[in-house]
Amino acid sequence: MDGGMQTLRGFVVLLLCQSAGEALARLLGLRLPGPVLGMLVLLALLAWPPVRTLAAAAADALLPHLSLLFVPIGVGVVVHLGVLAEQGLRIAAVIVVSTLAGLVVTAMLLRWWCPAMADPAPEAPLSADAPEAAR
Amino acid sequence: MSAGFVELWVYLSATPLFGLTATLGVYVLAQAASARLGQPPWANPVLFTVLVLGALLMATGTEYPVYFSGAQFVHFLLGPAVVALAWPLWQRRAELRQRWAALVGAGLAGGLAASLVAVLAGWALDLPASTVASLAPKSTTAPVAMGIAQQIGGVPALAAVFAVLTGLTGALLAKPLFDALRLHGPALRGFALGTAAHGIGAARAWSVHPSAGAYAALALGLQVLLAAFTLPVVLPWVLARLP
Repeated sequence: MDGGMQTLRGFVVLLLCQSAGEALARLLGLRLPGPVLGMLVLLALLAWPPVRTLAAAAADALLPHLSLLFVPIGVGVVVHLGVLAEQGLRIAAVIVVSTLAGLVVTAMLLRWWCPAMADPAPEAPLSADAPEAAR
Repeated sequence: MSAGFVELWVYLSATPLFGLTATLGVYVLAQAASARLGQPPWANPVLFTVLVLGALLMATGTEYPVYFSGAQFVHFLLGPAVVALAWPLWQRRAELRQRWAALVGAGLAGGLAASLVAVLAGWALDLPASTVASLAPKSTTAPVAMGIAQQIGGVPALAAVFAVLTGLTGALLAKPLFDALRLHGPALRGFALGTAAHGIGAARAWSVHPSAGAYAALALGLQVLLAAFTLPVVLPWVLARLP
């Protein structure tokens, strides 16, 4: 089976997991987004090798372009920035300060609790129990 | 000739073709430029694409819904992409099992720190209460931030805007910040980016190192769960105590 077909089939797996996530969120009345629950569904299914091969192919095709997927929301923000004009500077200050606080607190605690993660050397190779999909 | 061109532009710009072509076209150019420059954080392809497209829409007088009729095909893929994040997590399951307590602790503390600093800074700068409540959940991904903001008296649309701005801010500032504080390691940097700057931070981490991307994905998923359970309880308590 060629790589393109694998990717397409993997994409079907992703969509099915997302649908399952949406269904779970509605049925259980959870305030969690469907795709996040879908990620948990897929994580459980990855123990099953056929799913693993297909999901890996689709993930390796989709994830390198993750940042592209935020462009449409981002353009909406730029177009609506005028709304913030009056409070704009103060809001910018709050966003910068609080984002820096989040980054520093998380990173400092991790360096303290899990020094192995702060090692600048390249990471150990990944477990090779699944084929990397066609690139 | 020029009347024919205007007619053609009016036709094309009203079809989904315009939004989709512009989104992909500008992004491909931004990617190429960023790669050429060695991927410095200030040449973030998302930021560049967003600014160019925003300017393009304003210059041509194109309404956002017209643009979105084409861009929605790209936007839709966010859902499957979030599901796909299960794969890099699975690949690292052995080390994640070892490190889970440190990761959950750091994610919880980092998420709360970002949120509380936002509330206190917004209050100190005398922003209106509804703006402060919309700023509070901004470190979680936009749809979750909207839901939390609504529960605590914020404006969902503002919360989405703040979440996106936070993602871009984190993606831009993380590298100089970490370099200055000598915080190294792709896993550590990725996890902090995913915690404080959700998906846009994760996308930035992904473009730097696969391990950074995987840990950012883990942090973003974890943050959704932690924020959904902690913020609606903690934030009303804090907001009620501010004079």
